[in-house]
Amino acid sequence: MQSSQPLKPPVVETYDELLGPGETYTSVTAKIGDIVLYPLLKTPWGWIGGFVAAGLFLMLYLYSLATLFTVGIGIWGINIPVAWGFDIINFVWWIGIGHAGTLISAILLLFRQDWRTSINRAAEAMTIFAVACAGIYPLVHTGRPWLDYWFLPYPSTLGMWPQFRSPLEWDVFAISTYATVSVLFWFVGLIPDLATLRDRAQHPIAKIFYGILSLGWRGAAKHWQRYEMASLILAGLSTPLVLSVHSIISFDFAVSQLPGWHVTVFPPYFVAGAVYCGFAMVILLMIPIRSWFGLHGLITMRHFDVMSKVMLASGLIVTYGYFGEIFYSWYSGNIYEYYLIVSRTTGPWAWSYWALILFNVLVPQLLWSKKFRTNLPVLFFISICINIGMWFERWVIIVLSLKRDFIPTSWGVYTPTFYDWATYIGSFGLFFVLFFLFVRLLPMVAIFEVRDLVHKTEHKAHDKKEGHGHAGA
Amino acid sequence: MFKRKSNAAEAASAAPATYGIMAEFSDSDSIIAAAYKVRDAGYTVVEAYTHIPVHGLAEALGHRPTRLPWGVFLFGLLGASGLFGFMTWVNVVDYPMNIGGRPFFSWPAFIPITFEGMVLGAAYSAVFGLIAICGLPLLYHPVFNTPGFERATLNGFFLCIEAKDPQYDAAKATTLLKSVGATAVNEISE
Repeated sequence: MQSSQPLKPPVVETYDELLGPGETYTSVTAKIGDIVLYPLLKTPWGWIGGFVAAGLFLMLYLYSLATLFTVGIGIWGINIPVAWGFDIINFVWWIGIGHAGTLISAILLLFRQDWRTSINRAAEAMTIFAVACAGIYPLVHTGRPWLDYWFLPYPSTLGMWPQFRSPLEWDVFAISTYATVSVLFWFVGLIPDLATLRDRAQHPIAKIFYGILSLGWRGAAKHWQRYEMASLILAGLSTPLVLSVHSIISFDFAVSQLPGWHVTVFPPYFVAGAVYCGFAMVILLMIPIRSWFGLHGLITMRHFDVMSKVMLASGLIVTYGYFGEIFYSWYSGNIYEYYLIVSRTTGPWAWSYWALILFNVLVPQLLWSKKFRTNLPVLFFISICINIGMWFERWVIIVLSLKRDFIPTSWGVYTPTFYDWATYIGSFGLFFVLFFLFVRLLPMVAIFEVRDLVHKTEHKAHDKKEGHGHAGA
Repeated sequence: MFKRKSNAAEAASAAPATYGIMAEFSDSDSIIAAAYKVRDAGYTVVEAYTHIPVHGLAEALGHRPTRLPWGVFLFGLLGASGLFGFMTWVNVVDYPMNIGGRPFFSWPAFIPITFEGMVLGAAYSAVFGLIAICGLPLLYHPVFNTPGFERATLNGFFLCIEAKDPQYDAAKATTLLKSVGATAVNEISE
């Protein structure tokens, strides 16, 4: 993307290490920091083009939302019996994508996995933007979104309170807490890096901008000690939080009585599915980013290898869930549960069930081979398949369960309209506009954590062959 | 940043007060070793500034472990008990509703929101507590007057004996810091 550099050094791929050869404190800081501190007027054309394209999709999104507000949810294909359509499918899909960011930043911090270091910042940004995209759907699908404050417990003249026993109200608390904690965790992680940018910036406006955002961080030992404690606490809080959020979302379904929804396996199955498509999205974003910005030394093949393994493992849990659904539809002895599987596999829209099996179960089996895990075009293709597959999973769960319930007279069909598609495709505009701004304004890799990784790597090398000094200059 | 200019103006009339003696070290091992030696020499008001968290440095400088976790625990407890109590009050006292004969105090249904309240209270207190006990935001600090201090967020390891130290003496502190392996030593003004 940095088109002004005429000659690019040849790319050396690293397969076994988390850092490319010869990385120092200064080189990693320069590599990451200078992407942000590039003069505004010399912003690469690739960035501008991408931002404009994303902006066009955002316009489509705003148009479809404006139509929704003025006309009403009749513009969507939903009706009785399928009263939840694209709005809830996309909501679950987006929030699932967000979960990988929290998993990388929090759970892997607790497990002391060094490979999270160069991908956690961008993954957390992805989390926040995906949660923003997700959160809009439940807010607008109420039909009268200007009354959404009714979700919140506030002392009203009616004397009414929200129904705290309802999973839909649990959602309100789960998602707002998740969004808040993600932003807080992200900001805390950014503080030392913003100080680095403040000290590297040449332009006075950039100095003031990053100076204020960094809160005057000066890297005092006492501050670092408290900082690390706070990070650990936030990771410890985010870990159960991320598991709870998708569990609570699965309660929206599992607490109801509908065949296909009323199952106890939903919470773990939903969480695994969220991790699955979230990691696929991280890979989808990282493959172009590292080549555009020349981050081959920071995001190495080993990162992709490890992420693919996580994807494969969570994919197998999801597959287990699919087999579980088939098994208990038979084992329950309940004709409605049994008919659900017959309807999914052979009824109308049966192709979408088989597409789900193809994209989510069959294609990802390629990841067993290390050759495919470290082949970026193949990995990119598999990740797209998983994202499509996980979208179909929510489609199958929501639409294919709702359209044929207990009494054949109440069966119906669902066909998405133009506005259903526009609200879905347009939400990518919101996501990518935010992501492009993030890449331009904030360091997309946690600089101080990578420096820490350089430090650890040097110490390891130092311990191995004694007598060599530190290459930290 | 803004205060520095007014300080410069004052400097013309009166000699600037000294904040301390700042030394720079080449790596993390040497700064930890130096911190122990400076403490052994009897200095107590000593602080280090590093671009990465250096493990063992805070202990070497004699900083006590933080009490932040206790505050976070209290606020987490407050968030959880507050929301649980509120839901109980709403459903039992303020607006009890009989739904299919189920009990008003149906506490299992309150657990998800109670949990979220715990996380929210704890996370807010962890972040704002961190910022508060670090004394941030503080956009100007005397240590920023150190020559080359931009390296403190790039690749540098700095150690400062502050003038507040009871046995502070500029010449002695400079000699000590040089003797423990500092690559550069500067007196910095307030």
